[in-house]
Amino acid sequence: MKPIKAVVDEAKRAEPKTTVKMTVNGSEVERDVSARMLLSDFIRHELELTGTHVGCEHGICGACTIIIDGRAARSCLTFAIQADGADIRTIESVAGEDGELHPLQEAFRDNHALQCGYCTPGMIMNIISQLEAGEKRDMSDDDIREMLSGNLCRCTGYANIVKAVRSATSATKRS
Amino acid sequence: MKPSLFEYCAPGTIEEAISVLEADADAVVLAGGQSLIPAMNLRLANPAKLVDLRKIEGLSDIVNDEGVIRVGAMVRHRDLELNQDVFEANGLIREAERHVAHVPIRNRGTVVGSLCHADAAAEMPLVLLVCDGSVVATGPSGKREIAAADFFQFHMTTTREADEVITEARIPVLPDGAGYAFSEFARRRGDYAIAAVATIVECGEDGVISRCAIGACGIGERPLRLNEVELAIEGKSADSSGISAAADLSAEYVTAPDDMHATTAYRQHLLKGLVERALTAAVARARGEQS
Repeated sequence: MKPIKAVVDEAKRAEPKTTVKMTVNGSEVERDVSARMLLSDFIRHELELTGTHVGCEHGICGACTIIIDGRAARSCLTFAIQADGADIRTIESVAGEDGELHPLQEAFRDNHALQCGYCTPGMIMNIISQLEAGEKRDMSDDDIREMLSGNLCRCTGYANIVKAVRSATSATKRS
Repeated sequence: MKPSLFEYCAPGTIEEAISVLEADADAVVLAGGQSLIPAMNLRLANPAKLVDLRKIEGLSDIVNDEGVIRVGAMVRHRDLELNQDVFEANGLIREAERHVAHVPIRNRGTVVGSLCHADAAAEMPLVLLVCDGSVVATGPSGKREIAAADFFQFHMTTTREADEVITEARIPVLPDGAGYAFSEFARRRGDYAIAAVATIVECGEDGVISRCAIGACGIGERPLRLNEVELAIEGKSADSSGISAAADLSAEYVTAPDDMHATTAYRQHLLKGLVERALTAAVARARGEQS
């Protein structure tokens, strides 16, 4: 009997592939993918960018949130093939090349807004995209909670995340 | 938690998309995918072929055309929500969109996709129904317009034929001075409604309600107009006791059986409260007492 891995690899190779090209964190990438490959799996397995986390794979938890063409989206609810030609940003693009943290990341660290860190990349990408869209300034804590409502965290109880976003947005406002 | 195998195509024209649907009864239309893809990931849906609309030009347009907002099949919830012209023409749309899932989902999910998915607790089918809107179905023999009242059949079932693509939703603008409101109760932000109410009221100079449209979702197998409530409000001054009496008539519209989210009696109780809340806010807006 063939080992399971060989069977799986063979089946994968047999799937029809389509070439997709997209910009990921500023670099052009091109891969042949099966139509059913989720964008989250494309990012993690094909591009080996494992900062994007996969939680529920049906759009509830928000851990896999990335930015597609300037807007936050669930990478588990998009096929890689749908993102052909898109501009994608993942958590790997957020800190500077020298490792300098983004002000929002700083704020998360300073406010103990993460424990296990599983939900954090999705949180950061969601918040950054909404802040960049310029819709969110002078947010009340309710506004912040509303903004975070699509990202589940099972460690923190959210209080410190709200605090981090509050401190990061007031910092943004000053600059 | 991964989709099963399927064929995929992204035709460049609506005619090509329709011919694919016509040739393959198991082909399914993909727009934003925010309901279809989770169903596929869970293998609740296993379509043989996906027909992606993303390459068809013109489907992302929002046009205010002589009193009707025309929403193309690829318009994302978020685009409709943030569109200032749409807000000024029909404020109910933005108020309802705020309850549709979360921003990252609204960024990808389409309005027309939500109408076609036709979840009995979804917000936008209710808005279409209360606004007396319609959809345009494009099929092998051309286009036909289907009124909202004739479109939604049951939970996740519409009168769209399998070889038709809903290319556009048509939502009328609100009459000048009309008041509107959307009230929803869900356990968590962004969840489907346990019950939600949308209403539009028009009010004469004398303060009497000249027209009331009110509907609810989450209470049965499809969004419903609460005709008895409408009749009870029209021609009245709609003070708080009048609104309360009209809201009492809403209970009979609840047909959802007891489920894991709520009992029938609880939904009836919720619906009455939501009807009161929505009517009070809409009447205040119609009288210019509230923006």
